[in-house]
Order: sequence, then C-alpha cells, then structure tokens
Amino acid sequence: MLLDVDDLKKSYDGPSGPIEVLRGVSFALDSGQTLALTGESGSGKSTLLHLVGGLDEADAGTIRLGGAEVTGLNDHGRAALRRGSVGIVFQQFNLIPSLDVDANIAFQARLAGAADPDRIARLTDALGLAGQGAKYPEQLSGGQQQRVAIARTLAARPRLVLADEPTGNLDEATASEVLDQMLELVAETGAALMMVTHSPGLAARMNRQLRLSAGLLQ
Amino acid sequence: MTRACLQALFSHWWRNPLQLFTLLAGLGLATALWSGVQAVNSEARSSYDAAAATLGEARFDQLVPRAGDTIPQQTFVALRRAGWKVAPVLSGTMTANGIRVRIVGIDPLTAPGGIGPQALETGTDPAAFLSQPVLFANPEVADPLAGAVPDRVVPDKGVAPGTALTDIGVAQRLLERPGELSRLIIVPRQPMGRPPLDRIAPDLLRRPAQGGSDVRRLTDSFHLNLSAFGLLSFAVGIFIVHGAIGLAFEQRRAMVRTLRALGMPLRRLVILMAAELLMLALVAGAIGVLLGYAVAAALLPDVAATLEGLYGAQVSGALQLRPAWWLSGLGIAMAGTVLAGAGALWRIARMPILHSAGARAWSMTSRRWRRVQAVAAVALFLAAGILARHGDGLVPGFGLLACLLLGAALALPLLLDPLLDVGMRRTRGVVSEWFWADTRQQLPGLSLSLMALLLAMAANVGVSTMVSSFRLTFEGFLDQRLASELYVTAEDKAQAEELQAFVASRVRAVLPLLSVETRLAGVAADLYGARVGPTYSENWKFLDSRKPVWPHVAAGEAVIVNEQLARRAGLTIGEHLDVGQGVRLPIAGIVGDYGNPVGQAVIGEALFRKLFPEIRATRFGLRSNDPEALRAALIRELGLPPGAIVDQARIKAFSMRVFERTFTVTAALNVLTLAVAGFAMLMSLLTLAGMRVPQLAPAWALGLTRRTLGRLELLRAMLLAALTMAMALPLGLALAWVLLAIVNVEAFGWRLPMYLFPSDYAVLGVCALAAATLAAAWPAWRLSRTPPSDLLKVFSNER
Repeated sequence: MLLDVDDLKKSYDGPSGPIEVLRGVSFALDSGQTLALTGESGSGKSTLLHLVGGLDEADAGTIRLGGAEVTGLNDHGRAALRRGSVGIVFQQFNLIPSLDVDANIAFQARLAGAADPDRIARLTDALGLAGQGAKYPEQLSGGQQQRVAIARTLAARPRLVLADEPTGNLDEATASEVLDQMLELVAETGAALMMVTHSPGLAARMNRQLRLSAGLLQ
Repeated sequence: MTRACLQALFSHWWRNPLQLFTLLAGLGLATALWSGVQAVNSEARSSYDAAAATLGEARFDQLVPRAGDTIPQQTFVALRRAGWKVAPVLSGTMTANGIRVRIVGIDPLTAPGGIGPQALETGTDPAAFLSQPVLFANPEVADPLAGAVPDRVVPDKGVAPGTALTDIGVAQRLLERPGELSRLIIVPRQPMGRPPLDRIAPDLLRRPAQGGSDVRRLTDSFHLNLSAFGLLSFAVGIFIVHGAIGLAFEQRRAMVRTLRALGMPLRRLVILMAAELLMLALVAGAIGVLLGYAVAAALLPDVAATLEGLYGAQVSGALQLRPAWWLSGLGIAMAGTVLAGAGALWRIARMPILHSAGARAWSMTSRRWRRVQAVAAVALFLAAGILARHGDGLVPGFGLLACLLLGAALALPLLLDPLLDVGMRRTRGVVSEWFWADTRQQLPGLSLSLMALLLAMAANVGVSTMVSSFRLTFEGFLDQRLASELYVTAEDKAQAEELQAFVASRVRAVLPLLSVETRLAGVAADLYGARVGPTYSENWKFLDSRKPVWPHVAAGEAVIVNEQLARRAGLTIGEHLDVGQGVRLPIAGIVGDYGNPVGQAVIGEALFRKLFPEIRATRFGLRSNDPEALRAALIRELGLPPGAIVDQARIKAFSMRVFERTFTVTAALNVLTLAVAGFAMLMSLLTLAGMRVPQLAPAWALGLTRRTLGRLELLRAMLLAALTMAMALPLGLALAWVLLAIVNVEAFGWRLPMYLFPSDYAVLGVCALAAATLAAAWPAWRLSRTPPSDLLKVFSNER
C-alpha cells in the first residue's frame, strides 16, 4: 500500500475554543489509483490534503507513505518528503512569477536532484506548452499556468500526486482538458493521485471517491 | 537544491530591476555619506597624529616657556651642561610662494628616536642632514618650498601636512630667529643626580606627554558633529533600504510559500535569503565606499579650512585610501542591511507554510504593529525627555537627538492617518472622497519614505536655525569685540614702543593686546591684560555679571572669564580664580566668546604687567576718528608695512568667511540628506506604482480618466509632503533647541540664543514640495500612460 492514513485528527483554535476539522479519518491508497475527495466547504478536505502532503502536522493518528511514517517527521523531514515523494498541484497554481516557464517546470525536479531534460521536454509537449518556455507566468492564461504547475509536479516523478481543486480557477472546457492531460500523465508514471474537488463530474472520473462531512469520512 | 533556490531568489531581482536599483542605490548612498564623513575624520585625525608624532608631543615630556613662546638657546646649553638630556625644537611659519609652511627645526643628534623625518630613519645619513642643509617636507608643500628656500627639499609623506622638518640651525635661519628655541623635548632616560629644573631654568614649565595631540582632543567635538550628520544621512538611507527589502520580501512571500511547499527546508531558505542580502550589501557597500571617497574628496578642502580657522589645525587636503576606512564602510553597509532586513527575515522565518501569501500592504498594516510603533514612539520621546533633563555630555546630547528624531519618525504615520481621516470626513464629492480614502490606504506603503523626508526636513530646519542663529549672534559679537578701528602688529618690542609713542597723540585710545597661554582652574586658557576704558565698558555685553565690573577689573580686584572657561571649570560669578602666582580674584563677569574653542580670562593691564613683566604687547587696537588717515601715517611716517595694519572691516569679513566655511560642510550634508530623502520618495512611488494598478483600475472603470488618475497621484504626493513638512517644522525647531542649548554647549562651550527664520522655512517647504512633485512626476506620468489592456486584466476572471 502506498498511502495508509489511520485515525487522523486535527483541530484549530477558534474564537470560542478548538474547532475539530478532522475527527478520525482512515483510508488507504495504492500506487496507480486515483481518489476524489469531496465534501462541503469547511469539511476538512484541504486540511487532509495538507496533512498527507506534509504541509501541516496532525494532532493524532498516523500517515504512512510507502511504509514510512510521515506523521513523526520534523520540519526538515517533511520538506524532504515534499521534495521527493509527493507533488502538489494547487488551485492558485503557485508558480514562481520571476522564473520563466522552462525554469518553473524544471524547478521541483532540480530541488529533488532528479532533473531529466528529456522528461521535461516530453511533459512540455504533452501539456501543449511547447514554444511557451521563455514566457513568464503573468504572460500565460490560467489554463496554461495550471499546465505548467502540473508539468512541474510530474517532472519530479512523485509517487503521490495531491491536487487541491486543480481546475477550480478554470472554465469548464479548459478544466476538462487539463484534467484529461493530468490523469493521462499520472497514469503513465504509475503514481497515485488524490484530488480534492467540488465537482461531482470530475470526481466521477476517479477510481474511488471519498466524501468528508464534518471531519469524518462517509 | 541550493542552486535552484538561489536561482529562484535572484530571479526576483532580475524581474524587478527597479527594486534592485532602489536597494543598491539606497544602501550605496547611505554608505557613501557615512563613509565620506568617516574618511574626512580619519584623514584629519591622521594629520593630527602625524603632527604630534613629528613634534614628539604625544610621547615625550617637554619643557615650555612659562610665558611667551621663546626659550633662549643659552638655556638649552645650560641644561645640557647640568646633565639634563633635552633636545631643542624651534617651530614657526613662513610663507613660501604664497603658501604658509610650518618650519620645524630639530637637532637629530640629541632628539630621541622616532622624532624626525621617515627618510632619516630609513637610511639617510644623519651627517648629511647636518652638513648639507635639507628640508624634509610634506609633499603638498614641498614644491612651493623648494622654490622659496636655497636648501634642498625632499618630499616625505611621514611629515605632518603643511610642515617641513629640518635641522634647527636651518630653521633658525629660515624663520629669522637666531638663538631662539620654542620647546625642549625631555629624553626619557635621564642621568641621576642632575640639579632640579627650577634652579637652572626657572622660566620653563615641564609639560607631561599628551598621549595624543592637543589638537586631536580639541577637535573631537567637531568630528563628533560630522559623525552625527553622517549617521543621520545613513539613517535616512537605511529607511530606503528597509523599504526596498520589506517590499521585496513581501512580494516574495508567495514564492517563499511555494518553495517550501515544493520541499525547500525553511532553515536553508532563510540562510540563503540572508546570504543573498549580504551579497547585495557587499556590492552596495563597495559602490558606497567609492561614492564616499568622492564625497570626502569634495568636502575635505572645506573641512581643512574650517579646522584651520577654528582650531589652527593643519589637515592634509589630499585624501588617502586607508584600509581601515573602506573596511569600515563595507562593515556599516552590512550592518545597515542586517538592521533593515532582520525584521523581514524574521517574519519569513516565522511565517507558517499555509499562511496566506495574498497581497498585503508591505509594511506596518497590522494593528499590532501600529500599537508597537506607538509604544516605541512614546518610549523614545520619554527617553528624550529624561536625557534632556538629566543627560550630561555630548553623547547624551546626540542620544537625545536620536530619540527625538526616531520617535517622531515612528509617530509620523500614526499622526498622518487621523489627519487623512479628518480630510475624508470633511470632504464632499465622490472623487475627493475616493482621493482621501485612497491616500490613507497608500500611507503604509509610503510611510518609510515619508519618515525619511521628515528626518531630512527636520534636520534642515534644525541645522539652518542653528547656523542662522549662530550667524546673527556671531555678527553681534564681532561688533562688540572688534570695536577698534585699526589693528596693528609690530615686528618686535622696539617697534612696539616706537608705535605707541607715535600714535599717542593721534588716537583716542591705544589698546595693547597682552596675552599669555596658561592654565586657569586646571583648564588650558589664555589670560589677557586689558587697558580698561570706554571701548570695553561700552561694548562688552555680559552673560552674567556683578556690577560694576570694569572698575574692579581695572583696579586688579576682579577677573572676567569667557563662557567656555566658566562652563568647563564650573565657575560662577563671585567665585575666586587663581590667575597666577597665587593671585586669586573674584569673577565679576562672564562673557560670550563665540568661535573660540579655548578658555579665556581678562584682568586689568596693571596686574597683568605685574604678574608677567616679560610679556610685551606687539599687537594693538587703535581707536581713531579717522582710521584712513592714521593708516596712511603709519605706513608713510613710521614705515610699517601695509600688511601689518588691518582694519576692523577686514577682520570682520575674514571672521565671517571662516564662519561661512565652517558651516559649508554642514550645509552640504544637509542638501545631500534632503536629496536622499527625495530619492527615497521617488523609489517608493515607483515601486508602489506596479501595485497601484489593481487599486486604480476600478476608479478608471467607473469613469476617471488615466490622466485624472495621474494628476491625483501627483496631488497625493504633494499633500503628503506638505503634511510631513507641517510636522517637520516643530520637530526641526526642537532639534535646533537641542543643538543650541545642549550639543553646542557640550561641544564648544557656548550657548547661543535661538532665533526663528520663517522665510527660510517657507523656502524649505517649497523645496520639499518641489522634491515631492519631482519624485511623483515620473510614476504619475507612467500611470497616466498605463495601457487599458493592463487595467482590464484586473477584471479578468481567469487571472
């Protein structure tokens, strides 16, 4: 099993005491599988994604990725996890505005020490970004920016791809096109994909669907 | 990983060259002004040290005459015969091709080691020094001297500025003082059993080694003043750097979050950002040191003239590149960057990875920060109050200035904000309401440059008030003191006698200028003997006195002291002062004595002659109803050279020239500081211009033209500058008060009355508005030319 989440809990401080966002979430995900995480706003979807991706620390429970426990890692260990094993695609793209497209795509792979020019070139072509390499993010449309973000994530060959509403900022046609490309490329690498989405249509295209409600899986 | 991260960090500067320029230019300018001033100081100090080393004042005890400035050569011979190991020195000035050169004569055979020209120590045969007359001269005066003396002149960098060293015989010949010496250096190891000094040479006084030169100590306060200005300029520059770093870090918050999300460890990221800043600081520091060298080279001639006019200190007019100086320039650039960037780095280090990286005003927006700022401002004002009340000395004086200026700078945005709020509430019309609200929104972003403008304007108001008050007081003081119509200098005592006899029936009064250098109440001072008459009693104004002053002084029953001596020795009216040989007189008056760094006391002529019978006046003030006729008679009938007669107007003009040059440096630094503040504003407006588009696009979409928006941007800069000026005025006046009532008293020993100069302030206000308009013109022009497509992007859902 690639990802094993067990009894995960997380709460935040609120104005009138702690707010329990996750109240004991457990699930597993194998390599090559795709999983849609749905739920209402505030149900804890993004929090769960952040915990799995090592962006935040859980209060209780365990997360194992490839047999190694993620929840016990310190800041340095979690940074190494994000660099090497996990790739995250954000709704807001989060490209580095001062780097051009080519540099942005190669960036995470270089951080991980796994930059492969051939793979980057293949990804660039596959995502329709050929000829855009010298442009800066601000010169691209939203769809193009998200394609760059996907290419950046996949160029580093992560074992687990986490996507937080990756098409939330795109129009319907572009969203569908981008998702197709992402699913195809993830499938090629054999990585697992866990995607947070509000869209039932997009969720239906995943192998599995989990729904979060009030911090619990239904 | 490090390379990729550095590439990402540097790419920000590559894409934002204006921000990089602001950072480098701000830090470069700050370093330039600071290191320029330090270069001037270090050059001056090394000149003092060279002079002290040349003359042996720092390391060896010396014998000096109790009165006058001459020791007969026989006294030296008598001391040597009695077993005293002493070395003679004669010093005096001569004019060589229009340039004043100080000639110092020594005897290389008896002088202790380390005294004399470097060339002599590094291999030149001392016999040659004696047998073939040679002068070792500072390179600046070597050429003019070579053309004026028959002897060989060798340039030597080790000799003090404006000075030439030679054998004592040559010096006596060149100075036309045969058989005369100025001082005797006491060699450290003396034979046992030699007779006591007062038996062989009772007219000589043993002066202990100074451990540093007198001039160095005397000019310390002047250099501290310069340093304070340098520091103020540096502080203004650091405001720019702080702004640039704050903005750069704020704009990179999203990048930092992304880098961390992609797996960059926080610690390494912070270290790399700090290294990046220090690297930029090194580049800016190097630029600043080069600019500082240019600033110093431009200022040094005026500083040299000031130091010579005020203290008689010779300072080289040529600048040398000293490693300690440029290293300290780079050091302060690094320190300034650390100071300006530490807060931004700290915030990055503490920023949670999931923290919103969305747009936020890049400084001082949070209520918490405003509270901290208010508390800090109040604390600084309180500290200023405590220092004003209880501080003692020059350093607390400058501490008070720093607290006042920093407190006011921190308080500025907190005061401007409610003012803009009032403007918003009082205004009518949708555009003007939007204008006031938008100006208020811009305040955090412009705060740092407005603080810099406040400091620069307050410094200008304060310093110009001080200088103008000083000028008024000084002119009044010259009118009091330079009452005689003519001042005449006789060549020797015989000519002085002849002169007195000649003018006796031609003038209303002859006022001999009798004086002796001595120590009074433990302080180095000049003691004067005054021929009391109407000239003194009608013209001299006292700061404090017990009347009648002059009859008691004339009768040898009282003494007058100047303010410097009174303050340094803690003397008050009625206290007794030992004026020499155990004669103690009550102090009857304290007089202001501006422009003179040393203490002074005045006693009646009769008592002076009794105490110092060997002193004969060779300079005289002459009161005449027809000074022109008297001058002509003195030249024609008595044969005095025209140069020996100076009229009152020329002395006043000369004194005012010295005064004006004294403050040339201050004025130059003032202008530079204001220019740096203008630059800060320009850079703030330019860097903010990019962030303004999303704020202005809605106003444009609702019907305001781009041209109107540009005009309003210009108006906004002028409004903020005007409000800042309104606050700079009281702050500047407070600064002037501190300078006049505290810093001047500590630095120079006199307190000046404070006058106000409204027209000067009005001119400064116009200059500040002009600077703000100029600074805002380009960003406003750029804004008025923003392509509609850029404004439309703001409304694009896809972005």
